[in-house]
Amino acid sequence: MMFAVAIIAVLLALTLTVWRALKGPTVFDRLLAANSVGTGAILLLALFGFMTGRPEFLDLGLTYVLLNIIGTLAVLKYFRYGSLAHGGEDEETET
Amino acid sequence: MVLLTLMAAITIGIVRLRNLFAVVVLGGIYSFLMASVLIVLDAVDVAMTEASVGAGISTVLMLGTLHLTKSEETVPTHTPILPLFVAVVTGAALIYGTFGLPPFGIADTPMHAGPGGDYLALSIPDTGVANVVTSVLSSYRGFDTLGETTVVFTAGIAVLLLLKRAIRPQSDK
Repeated sequence: MMFAVAIIAVLLALTLTVWRALKGPTVFDRLLAANSVGTGAILLLALFGFMTGRPEFLDLGLTYVLLNIIGTLAVLKYFRYGSLAHGGEDEETET
Repeated sequence: MVLLTLMAAITIGIVRLRNLFAVVVLGGIYSFLMASVLIVLDAVDVAMTEASVGAGISTVLMLGTLHLTKSEETVPTHTPILPLFVAVVTGAALIYGTFGLPPFGIADTPMHAGPGGDYLALSIPDTGVANVVTSVLSSYRGFDTLGETTVVFTAGIAVLLLLKRAIRPQSDK
């Protein structure tokens, strides 16, 4: 019961973040929304695992977190340097 | 249900947006929602693949493509009537095809009449792996999977070498 209520709350949060991603005036709003949707999906995964009595879903959730972070970092790096192949050794500060 | 509604909203947003960078970000969101739907459908392996390939790799590949092209979509010059017609006909054919499927979750389909039951019964005593998909993939068909992995690994090395060569002259100047 408690897990069901939590899942409904997470779904509500997902709706709000998707709304922001669709409406977001800048790209960074959408990026943050994408990151939050990833987090919400992980929370949903964990809650669903506990609700159906299989807490080993948590391991999958950890892998999702890693993927989410790498994806967001890749997008941000592209935005900063315009290319994914940039090594980042020569830090330029102009934007 | 809520997730599917959100996915439909994301799809409409992807169609309406002209900024391709935002479209890539929305595609990542779509993949994460799809992974959640697959988890609810109890297909955790597929959800894992969807999250890593859909939200991770293809987002990065799309960004690499965006680096080579413009990031604004041009207004289409021809009317979309013919593609719409093709899409509607294909979708109608697929929906018509679903009427021939047996009901969801029924036990006596042809799929369950084959040797699948033997795998289900023998997986634990043969391999000791609880997940039958994993035991078939990496134990019964182990050499096949090893060959597939070798092919993918070789292709990855080749692509990396080609990309390195293409990038070198750019970073020198």
